[in-house]
Amino acid sequence: MRRQPEMAEVDRTEYVFGENGGLGAPSSSFFRRIASMAPQPSDEDESDTFQRTVGAGYTYADQIAPNKIKRTKSRQDKHKGRRGSYFDLDDDWDANVEHNLVDGAKFKKSLAGQAMESAESLAFAECEEMNNRISRIRRFQAVLDAPIVDLAHLKKLSYTGVPEELRPKTWQLLLGYLAPNGERRERTLAKKRQEYHNGVQQVFNTGLDEQMWHQISIDVPRTNPHIKLYSHPIIQKALERILYLWAIRHPASGYVQGINDLVTPFIQTFLQPHVEHASVDDLDPETVPQQSMRDIEADAYWCLTKLLDGIQDNYIHAQPGIHKQVAQLQDLCTRLDRNLVEHLRSEGIEFMQFSFRWMNCLLMREVPMGCTIRIWDTYISEGPQGFSAFHVYVCAAFLNYWKEQIKVKDFQDIMVFLQALPTADWTEKEVELILSEAFLFQTLYKTGSAHLK
Amino acid sequence: MNSEYDYLFKLLVIGDSGVGKSCLLLRFADNSFSESYISTIGVDFKIRTVDLDSKTVKLQIWDTAGQERFRTIISSYYRGAHGIIVVYDVTDQNSFNDVKHWFQEIDRFASEGVVKLLVGNKSDMTDKKVVEYNVAKEFADSMGIQFLETSAKESTNVEQAFLTMAREIKDKMTTANEGGEEKAALNLKGSSVNANSGGCC
Repeated sequence: MRRQPEMAEVDRTEYVFGENGGLGAPSSSFFRRIASMAPQPSDEDESDTFQRTVGAGYTYADQIAPNKIKRTKSRQDKHKGRRGSYFDLDDDWDANVEHNLVDGAKFKKSLAGQAMESAESLAFAECEEMNNRISRIRRFQAVLDAPIVDLAHLKKLSYTGVPEELRPKTWQLLLGYLAPNGERRERTLAKKRQEYHNGVQQVFNTGLDEQMWHQISIDVPRTNPHIKLYSHPIIQKALERILYLWAIRHPASGYVQGINDLVTPFIQTFLQPHVEHASVDDLDPETVPQQSMRDIEADAYWCLTKLLDGIQDNYIHAQPGIHKQVAQLQDLCTRLDRNLVEHLRSEGIEFMQFSFRWMNCLLMREVPMGCTIRIWDTYISEGPQGFSAFHVYVCAAFLNYWKEQIKVKDFQDIMVFLQALPTADWTEKEVELILSEAFLFQTLYKTGSAHLK
Repeated sequence: MNSEYDYLFKLLVIGDSGVGKSCLLLRFADNSFSESYISTIGVDFKIRTVDLDSKTVKLQIWDTAGQERFRTIISSYYRGAHGIIVVYDVTDQNSFNDVKHWFQEIDRFASEGVVKLLVGNKSDMTDKKVVEYNVAKEFADSMGIQFLETSAKESTNVEQAFLTMAREIKDKMTTANEGGEEKAALNLKGSSVNANSGGCC
């Protein structure tokens, strides 16, 4: 078998993935560089720290797993000679069949054995992935169940993604909505929820702000039109109440288009426990108990409030926060790839033309909902700067991701391309690559450029 | 410089939120329609090439968000535009009342001589119509601009609206540059909406 060199390569690649979690050979120096800059791991969190370093972690299990299977097979090849060649695509398949047909019984036996071994190694990889997931959930659970939640530890864990089933609680704690003290939590939560519903009653009983209400009522039906959940009246009414109350309580900005988008990852996440093995996208909200729906609405309101507290400048008159961030993005991109920025400039494209929406809607219009939720795991664990300062680094990594395509396009094609980027099939994997790059950019450029803060 | 087209016109579509600006464009550029089309944030960009008197005209169209909060960013797109379409919703009196305000924005930010067009959208919703054709027509006449009622949903007059605008720009340009069409097109290629970065601060 001429497999040896490739195996070595596979092993080497796997080593790189396993130790630092990256994407292939060109990345290895990248990761060595970043690994040396990253905060030193404490003993108990070693794995988390290097996952944090690259912001990737478990997704790369997908890539490691096939390598492992391949290696197992190759070893069989070595020991068992021709038999293993059935699974080698390089071999002449027909010739093997003929050879084995001579000894049909033996063939069947060997094939079955081979298939079983193959299935075993596949099952092994799946098990390992499952075990990783379970141990990760356990680590989260241990932090979440403590009498007083260690928020610093929870942040550290969450940076590389929060397990779906623990996301509502984790987000609510990290956003400062849930009390870290378990004893007081229930009481304050009940109080907050009641406060929301009282507030709603109050603002809808006093005269409506017609203009504000008009804007909200025409935007709610156009919120996430591609997701079925948002076409249901129960969800639409909840969105109207959340947005209107928030707008009335925050007169400096009021309701600004795009804020409607920002409520939905909360709705989506908080509804998740009510869906078993299915997508929230297609959930019929009538199957959710009324009281739970009321609680989710209140929780979404308060979490939205916490989120917007950190980015109010994006939505006040003249939107200075967004102007500042777009300027920062351009500055950062110039440092990262002067040629890209020069190309955009020579084609007459301004950053404002494509990245205004990236800031106003936190990239929600550019990636699928699941990706947004994963991005928010990291933003929320970044703390108050996550949705502003760190978001700029993420936007830079996002633009950087498309740079080769952009560089060969002209004005019109770039505009059309950037307006509808081909991200429909994106999963957490792509997003984690973006996040890990953003983390690197932040590490490299944050200290050196105070004006980027 | 570019043989794909004889003319390149930049158009801007403005008007109150929810009057159907994006839907008009979706109909014109992609020939499709959606009842709950996602709201525009900031500015979107669309392209369509049309034939006009055996000339190929490329239309670069900037579609804008209607909410007041976005006016600062949108104002920087006025100056590079050759034509501006102001849209209102025939079922929404307020959106028609605001038309005056939108024309004031044009006077403030657009280049002199920009071609203007008034469009009353959602003409298919006859039972909900509150802005009469004559009222809008009178207003348009008083401004010396053309007026059309459209339905993006039923594809009524959408094509005509954009072609009316394109023709008027072309006629204006031809008169202004007698014998110098090519030059005009070249100059336009270079004129860009971002020439006035001072507009947003």
